Amino acid sequence: MAFAGRRDVPEPPDFGILKRLARDQLIYLLEQLPGKKDLFIEADLMSPLDRIANVSILKQHEVDKLYKVESRPAISASDQFCFLVRPRIKTMRYIADIVNADKMSGRSRKYKIIFSPQKFYACEMVLEEEGVFGDVTCDEWSFYLLPLDEDIISMELPEFFRDYFLEGDHRWINSIARALQLLNSLYGPFGKAYGIGRCAKMSYELWRDLEEESEADGQGRKPEIGNVFFMDRDTDYVTALCSQVVYEGLVDDTFRIKCGSVDFGPDVTSSDKSIKVLLNAQDKVFSQIRNEHFSSVFGFLSQKSRNLQAQYDRRRGMDIKQMKNFVSQELKGLKQEHRLLSLHIGACESIMKKKTKQDFQEMIKAEHSLLEGFDIRESTSFIEEHIDRQVSPIESLRLMCLLSITENGLIPKDYRSLKTQYLQSYGPEHLLTFHNLKRVGLLTEQSAGETLTAVESKVSKLVTDRAAGKITDAFNSLARKSNFRAISKKLGLIPRVDGEYDLKMPRDMAYVFSGAYIPLSCKIIEQVLERRGWLGLEEVVRLLNGNEFSVSGSTSAPG
Amino acid sequence: MEWSLKEDLRDCLVAAAPYGGPIALLKNNARKEKSPGVRPLLEIYSASGLLLASIPWKSGQLVQLGWTASEDLLCIQEDGTILVYNLFCEFKRHFSMGNEVLQNHVLEAKVFHTEYGTGVAILTGAHRFSLTTNIDDLKLRRMPEVPGLQKPPSCWAVLSQDRVTIILLAVGQDLYLLDNTSCSVVTPPGMSPSAGAYLQMAVSFNYRCLALFTDTGYIWMGLATLKEKLCEFNSSIRSPPKQMVWCMRPQSRQRAVVVAWDRQLMVVGNSTEFVLDEDSYLVPELDGVRILSRTSHEFLHEIPEASQEIFKIASMAPGALLLEAQKEYEKESQKADEYLREIKDQKLLPEAVSQCIEAAGYEHEPDTQKSLLRAASFGKCFIDKFPAESFVHMCQDLRVLNAIRDYQIGIPLTFTQYPLLVLRRLYPLAIRICEYLRLSEIQGVSRILAHWACYKVRRQLGGWPSRSLGWGWGRSGWAVVLLEYEPRSGEQVPLLLKMKRSKLALSKAIESGDTDLVYTVVLLLKNELNRGTFFMTLQNQPVALSLYRQFCKHQERETLKDLYNQDDNHQELGNFHVHSSYSEKRIEGRVGALQNALDEYYKAKNEFAAKATEDQIKLLRLQRHLQEDFDKPYLDLSLHDTVSNLILDGHHKRAEQLYREFKIPDKRYWWLKISALANRGDWEEMEKFSKSKKSPIGYLPFVEISVKHHNRYEAKKYAPRVTPEQRVKAFVLVGDLDQAADAAIEHKNETEMNFVLSKCTASTDAAVAEKLNRARAQLLKK
Repeated sequence: MAFAGRRDVPEPPDFGILKRLARDQLIYLLEQLPGKKDLFIEADLMSPLDRIANVSILKQHEVDKLYKVESRPAISASDQFCFLVRPRIKTMRYIADIVNADKMSGRSRKYKIIFSPQKFYACEMVLEEEGVFGDVTCDEWSFYLLPLDEDIISMELPEFFRDYFLEGDHRWINSIARALQLLNSLYGPFGKAYGIGRCAKMSYELWRDLEEESEADGQGRKPEIGNVFFMDRDTDYVTALCSQVVYEGLVDDTFRIKCGSVDFGPDVTSSDKSIKVLLNAQDKVFSQIRNEHFSSVFGFLSQKSRNLQAQYDRRRGMDIKQMKNFVSQELKGLKQEHRLLSLHIGACESIMKKKTKQDFQEMIKAEHSLLEGFDIRESTSFIEEHIDRQVSPIESLRLMCLLSITENGLIPKDYRSLKTQYLQSYGPEHLLTFHNLKRVGLLTEQSAGETLTAVESKVSKLVTDRAAGKITDAFNSLARKSNFRAISKKLGLIPRVDGEYDLKMPRDMAYVFSGAYIPLSCKIIEQVLERRGWLGLEEVVRLLNGNEFSVSGSTSAPG
Repeated sequence: MEWSLKEDLRDCLVAAAPYGGPIALLKNNARKEKSPGVRPLLEIYSASGLLLASIPWKSGQLVQLGWTASEDLLCIQEDGTILVYNLFCEFKRHFSMGNEVLQNHVLEAKVFHTEYGTGVAILTGAHRFSLTTNIDDLKLRRMPEVPGLQKPPSCWAVLSQDRVTIILLAVGQDLYLLDNTSCSVVTPPGMSPSAGAYLQMAVSFNYRCLALFTDTGYIWMGLATLKEKLCEFNSSIRSPPKQMVWCMRPQSRQRAVVVAWDRQLMVVGNSTEFVLDEDSYLVPELDGVRILSRTSHEFLHEIPEASQEIFKIASMAPGALLLEAQKEYEKESQKADEYLREIKDQKLLPEAVSQCIEAAGYEHEPDTQKSLLRAASFGKCFIDKFPAESFVHMCQDLRVLNAIRDYQIGIPLTFTQYPLLVLRRLYPLAIRICEYLRLSEIQGVSRILAHWACYKVRRQLGGWPSRSLGWGWGRSGWAVVLLEYEPRSGEQVPLLLKMKRSKLALSKAIESGDTDLVYTVVLLLKNELNRGTFFMTLQNQPVALSLYRQFCKHQERETLKDLYNQDDNHQELGNFHVHSSYSEKRIEGRVGALQNALDEYYKAKNEFAAKATEDQIKLLRLQRHLQEDFDKPYLDLSLHDTVSNLILDGHHKRAEQLYREFKIPDKRYWWLKISALANRGDWEEMEKFSKSKKSPIGYLPFVEISVKHHNRYEAKKYAPRVTPEQRVKAFVLVGDLDQAADAAIEHKNETEMNFVLSKCTASTDAAVAEKLNRARAQLLKK
């Protein structure tokens, strides 16, 4: 993230190409259905689409009205419907219903479905079963990667986690492989590839297969991407379960950052309307505070506003010519900065209101004890009270999961009682929630003895074999041990500090959690890059359930 | 010809597929009305007359037979229905050419091939044309009317120009061109005015040339665009020809039309006449004309230049000399050297070799092929760095061609047709190679040839043919062997499916990592196997199982239940029922579903889930009562919210009852009750409650909650009851800094003192601050 100010880091490649490619292809696809048409967009494609093509571009290509998929279609007079959707069965049925309703009423229209990022056979099958396959035409919008910032690209596939880790559904792996193929073709061959996790490995291998099949010669290109690192989400759940305390994290927690932009409500803008703000390196104010610990953000912002005032004040002593210069060149920039500054100050106030409450302080305290493994009973009681008082359903779950992961599962008594409390607070449907959490290994029960370990070692032996690795996921339900405590010790994730941890001049990455914990995934990457491989990390790898790989030149098969 | 036809060809409906393809015959078609007892017989022969399949024709009256580009037989019925059969007379599907055709019947029909695929054009009884350019993507087009057309046109043809399909028809002495929208009269340039009425027309294989025959025996040959005349000819035969087809080679300037009458065949262009011994049928090909009859099957074509050069009498072309040289060399004669020298002196040796290689390709006799190739091989020795590829490829190609030309297989493919087919991606040819090989039991074509053919064709096609090759070999098992050579499992799967090796296909699909493939196989398996076996197969393939489950979750929920049942997965069955309980609108239905879930959880030995479900059933029933009693919505609230709502509405007894019945922990109940009471503003009840027994959550929450509702007065009541450790905090909360200071001083706790101090304001709390500062100073002194 944000390389700003570090000279040893090369400029990131121009990821804007990805946007332009996606836009051009979308326009091409829209033009394939000449004439006026209504466009139905899947809800979770709206934000990504917004980053690629705005409404006026769509209108230019004869999109008449825009609808959201799922809302009942308005009575439309258009005789051409275009659907821009994710390849989901549910959406297919929605489309089939529209088509069938038209058929019943004797209306004939043209229907075109554009799948993003790719079409799945299951979708066609559903269309066929619903009897509309012959009435629609299908296309793919190969929009695999969205650049959110100069140095962040995202696949924007929110269902990936659920599909792969919970349902054992592998369909997105193909999309990952294709995304890699795209990166590889645009930015030259990767220098070195590292990875850990079964999904990471499968994606890497599938991508290699695709490269071999396509026979496209990417060699000889100047490689713009040095290292790629593949990591499964389940390698490091802990980091995602901790409360964020850097500015960007808190903005996300409080206002939800969607596709790199955020909606600041009236309480932030101090007017009566919301403002949508893009949060990226272009935002001069944001880029300087995004990674700072919240405690230092306010000081920074007030300093910044004083500087700004000083710049405004300069014009006092100016003559006419200087003033002209100032107005034409600097004023606009200053005004812009001024606007951003007041927005971020507003956001800070809003966050402060929520987060300086005692509850939040106590929650952070409980989290830290869980990470360090002290006062487990007290933390458990805290969680129980948290549930009983119905503070927040999602936060309660998060704390329970953190407890489970750090302790290698809850002791049976707590497991039962916390769940009971939760069901009483939030309703019995969460019986299914708990079942799912157990399946992905986020909230488990400590098992008696070492029986699990025996199965585990058998499984891990199996999965070293490539074919068996693809079988997978029958074993996923066998809640794997997280081994957090042991890993944390091995990698020194809990910094030992004498006295106060200096959050303004941090010594390590732990500052992002107020000095209590170094994010595991970041630590792994740091270690692997330092050692240029996994050598010397054998114990950690074992504790993380293996499936690591490192490949040079990314041409040979993984070792 | 192998066939032993009793009938004359003219009594049968005949259709032969291009590219040396099979021949379909419908016998007894015309006799139907006369003797209804005899059913017409549909037969399919290989080009060498070997019977491939036959069936009695049971459907309606047939007007026309034709072949598609992928070698399916189209049987066009009088009522406009078109039945599609495969090469082995197995019915595939049928489609109709529309209502208009149904009403007016098919008068004539033509099957044609364009870049869009195989099309069908129909002339109806109402003298209107209907056509489709691709029968696999059926879009019917009704052509505009020809003004004043009272009788069927004397002849017509389908033209394809600039990707538009149009119809040319002749009525008497007039030619009409029908396109999508209009009908226009056209006149071919340079047409003799006394030519007379048109009787027959022919379009070349590539749609570039057109020939017209009139009742004066006059033949006009020109471009199909009708922009240019190529030549004209007077045959002086006035009777209408049976057939007229173009005979030309791609890239060749020579153009000729073959005209056939009952007993006469004329090649117009250089005007040669042949006598036909018997009734014949012409099949236009890319590079010539096939002539079919009861006893023979011949190929008429322009001799290619390379062959002409070599075999022309007294030819001095380098190729001819090289062939001579080689012959002399075998006779160990010194003339070999003389010939060779003659070529070398003209520096034409490479050309000579190429000529021989090329000519070998055009020869059908293996002996001639061999001698030409031997000559090429001989000449090659005297050239430095002559690239060997062309020679090697020719040998390979000829092996395949010779093998399939064998009369038992009977695909008389010419060399020109062979690579063009492949380059044009007309892969059915490749399929056919295999299909025929399967039928014939010749062992002459070894497995090596099979491998090689696979390799060879794949290289030209970029991956396609191994798929298509394997197809045909099918059950012989070769295909499986062959497939192992296919590097991409993705390519193997469709084939394995075709060969009914579905389970193997499933493993391969999973290995490929392509979930679309897995789905394809899973759904085929679903139809192929009975339900039990299908589920069993899936149980052994977790990846496929997960995918199928995902599909069922959204599309067939009942199947999901069966899946879990099969597996005795009671836990998932329980979950399934819980899930369905939410889609039940009526409470009885909901309770029923939960009862099912309860049973399953017990079977799964999941006591926790069972207990939770039991409680939920109990709660649902209670909520219904509450709803009836208080006429307020209680259904679907959690236990906590239910109790909380009861208190909010003042039904304390009922709340108490639930608290006991569901064993709500004391702590929760107290939290719940005080916040509900505070929300209701029922401070009196709260005070009563606080005194009912010792609070399990202490009294600080009472203070906090009162303060939260801005009721300091009430809060102050509870502050003294807070435990000593929290008392400072409580007093600060209620704003009684004096008492807070006292408590802190009593505790001798510096942190607490500082905390209280930080709350003090200089103007109002000076006394308190002083008290604190003093106490702190005293504390520090010690």
